[in-house]
Amino acid sequence: MAIIGGYLAYLFRYQLAFPNEPVPGYGLVGPDQYNSFVTMHGTIMVFWVAMPILLSGFGNFLLPLMIGAGDMAFPRLNMTSYWVFFLSTVVLLLSFFVPGGSFSGGWTIYPPLSASPGYTGVIWGGHLWILAVALEFTSMLMGGINFLTTTVAMRAKGMGLFRLPIFVWMINIASILFMFSVGPLIAGAFMLLADRLFDVGFYLPASGGDPLLFQHLFWFFGHPEVYVLLLPALGIIAEIFPVFSRKPLFGYRTIIYSTLVAGLLSFIVWAHHQFISGIDPRLAAPFSVTTILISVPFAITLFAFIATLWRGSIRLTTSMLFALGMLAEFLVGGVTGIFNGSTAADIYIHDTLFVVAHFHYTLFPVTFIATFAGIYYWYPKMFGRFMNETWGKVHFWITIIGFNAVFLPMFAFGLAGHQRRIFDPTLFDYLQPYQYLHVIATVGLIVMLAGQIPFIINFFASLSRGKVVDRNPWLANTLEWLAPSPPGHGNFDQEPVVQRGPYEYSHPLLKERDWISQGEL
Amino acid sequence: MTSWLPEDISTYGHGIDHTIRVIYYIVGAWFVLTEAVLFYFIIRYRKRKTTTATYQPGTTFKALAWILLPAALILVFDLGIDLVQGPVWNEIKIYLPTADQTVRIKGRQFVWEITHPGADGKLETPDDIQILNQLVVPVHKKIQFELQSEDVLHSLWIPNLRLKQDAVPGRTIKGWFEATKEGIYPLACAELCGSGHGTMKGQLQVLNETDYQNWLKENRSLEVGRVE
Ligand code: HEM
Ligand SMILES: [Cu+2]
Ligand SMILES: [Cu+2]
Repeated sequence: MAIIGGYLAYLFRYQLAFPNEPVPGYGLVGPDQYNSFVTMHGTIMVFWVAMPILLSGFGNFLLPLMIGAGDMAFPRLNMTSYWVFFLSTVVLLLSFFVPGGSFSGGWTIYPPLSASPGYTGVIWGGHLWILAVALEFTSMLMGGINFLTTTVAMRAKGMGLFRLPIFVWMINIASILFMFSVGPLIAGAFMLLADRLFDVGFYLPASGGDPLLFQHLFWFFGHPEVYVLLLPALGIIAEIFPVFSRKPLFGYRTIIYSTLVAGLLSFIVWAHHQFISGIDPRLAAPFSVTTILISVPFAITLFAFIATLWRGSIRLTTSMLFALGMLAEFLVGGVTGIFNGSTAADIYIHDTLFVVAHFHYTLFPVTFIATFAGIYYWYPKMFGRFMNETWGKVHFWITIIGFNAVFLPMFAFGLAGHQRRIFDPTLFDYLQPYQYLHVIATVGLIVMLAGQIPFIINFFASLSRGKVVDRNPWLANTLEWLAPSPPGHGNFDQEPVVQRGPYEYSHPLLKERDWISQGEL
Repeated sequence: MTSWLPEDISTYGHGIDHTIRVIYYIVGAWFVLTEAVLFYFIIRYRKRKTTTATYQPGTTFKALAWILLPAALILVFDLGIDLVQGPVWNEIKIYLPTADQTVRIKGRQFVWEITHPGADGKLETPDDIQILNQLVVPVHKKIQFELQSEDVLHSLWIPNLRLKQDAVPGRTIKGWFEATKEGIYPLACAELCGSGHGTMKGQLQVLNETDYQNWLKENRSLEVGRVE
């Protein structure tokens, strides 16, 4: 799915740089295709790449291992969740091939545009979109229940809540956020479906409805959702930082508390997506304050990560490079969010490419950079071999350089007044002078996409050629490194008993080595 | 960075630009500082044979001060930003000044239908002038607009005026602006509204008083009922 999402990005990125020229490998992209590709790109990246990789992928593999359990609490539910996800993917992909094409109303599916097929010409594409997302959410909910139950009920002896690795905390907080936020959206989507199928008019003013209602329901879910993606990514890099700086995670408890605070706050910021949507402008002020306030708990977490490096002994392995890269790039996304959160500044930058740049600077590090960090780090556990480090570093640098080339120009473009979701910027005279920025971004994307080839080759070649490793090649403390690589059925040879916290590196009492596993007597 | 912004031709635009600039300097400074510390640590504590890591779990309040104090400072800056932007927002979106003139702007897939008051300066009279995609206003006048939509969401976007406001079917949203410079400026739609969203564009024409009066006379032919 990541490849499809990336391919779609390539299609419309190319169109933006060279409007109305056929895209190599596809053909002409008209306005309808453009809208539908952007919509599907957003949908796929958020719901079919970021969520399944970060939550389900890493979560299912690591969570039982990290808490010293043999498996998830409900293995069957896990299978069901997997198959429901599979089905949701089929439904979504099917929507590309139905008459009228796939959905084109934006990934936020705002009505009335999305409520009546008459406005977009897309009929089945819209129904299937809603069905696919509903199935996907069902699958994610099942997964979430499983994570929570597993964490509560299956921890190894001695694994107190404050001995859990941060990753486990993050997965659980993310699952809780998802559970509490998704209800209103499901209701909202059903109402939308009713509008589409039976003209009920929940969102149509002519029938007494209100389009803004949907926006409230959507963003009540949508904002916490971005933290659902972010938290597992932060969890991944929180595991990597201590190992490769040989230090305890700085402020372990503080990170947990501030994440909980940020999670709570994330429920009272949704209207910052609606400052100029027609809600009462007096409502904007409180939402702006809460939004900007969220910077505080996240700043604490990020500072804690940086403090973990202080007086460490840092090893720049590929996974550490990606983890550091995630932090460095995510900071750009973090600070630029303040512009969007500020009511007055948002009047100007709302719905411009500035916003697109901002959220890609948060979501790309989260979705891809952190995932790469995690893959390079846990690959030895998954397959019992190392990935090639040299190629890993090549992959890292191309990805980082390409990524910045794609999105940095968009900040400038947004400030120049470039609105989102337009398929041909050359139609607007005032954007003409900056058209070269689109070309830079598109070249950047092609470089970045090409840069994934070494990764893919490395990944598969290392399965048979990578250096064979023992259980704990990085000399790490968390429990997954006690299990064989790859972990067999039941994960551990014998049930681990937890003696201490997960990040006891370089403890003064340690002699000869600087680590001591959580499960070591 | 603010040099990327297009020319500001409205009375309140500088407030928005100022807010953007204030935020830019604040977050810019934090950003540079944080990245500098990050890179400094990476280089300084890169593994060397002699260095061993120090055990610092960050459990005591004293150790945590290293991260809590900067965070407290961020809180202060956050409140500062709130204070700077609040009045700007109030001026633009909340307190509408008494208008010299009112126009009605209606979005529809994929045009802006704009109703100007005729010579009598009032809407809803027979001499109203209705045109597609042309918003014509006199300079230095407080113009109030009534924004509507006939079908889906649109968003009125006039970068030079620093003006953006969604148009929502079923509502009339009021807002205002005052242009300070004659000329022709782009006007666009900023909310995805269907396949023609990317072509939904128009012009803002700011005229001086005499040109405006002439324009009114010349365009008697566009009075309501005879448009399209
Ligand atoms: C592979 C690199 C990526 C590129 C080159 C890319 C490019 C773009 C561009 C240019 C747009 C704006 C199109 C427009 O407004 O007309 C866009 C929209 C979007 N992207 Fe990406 N993107 C990438 C990765 C991601 C990732 C990782 C995510 C999320 C996890 C993501 C989520 C979105 C969303 C939600 C939208 C908004 C869609 C909409 O307007 O309905 N993208 N992307
Ligand atoms: Cu429009
Ligand atoms: Cu539009």
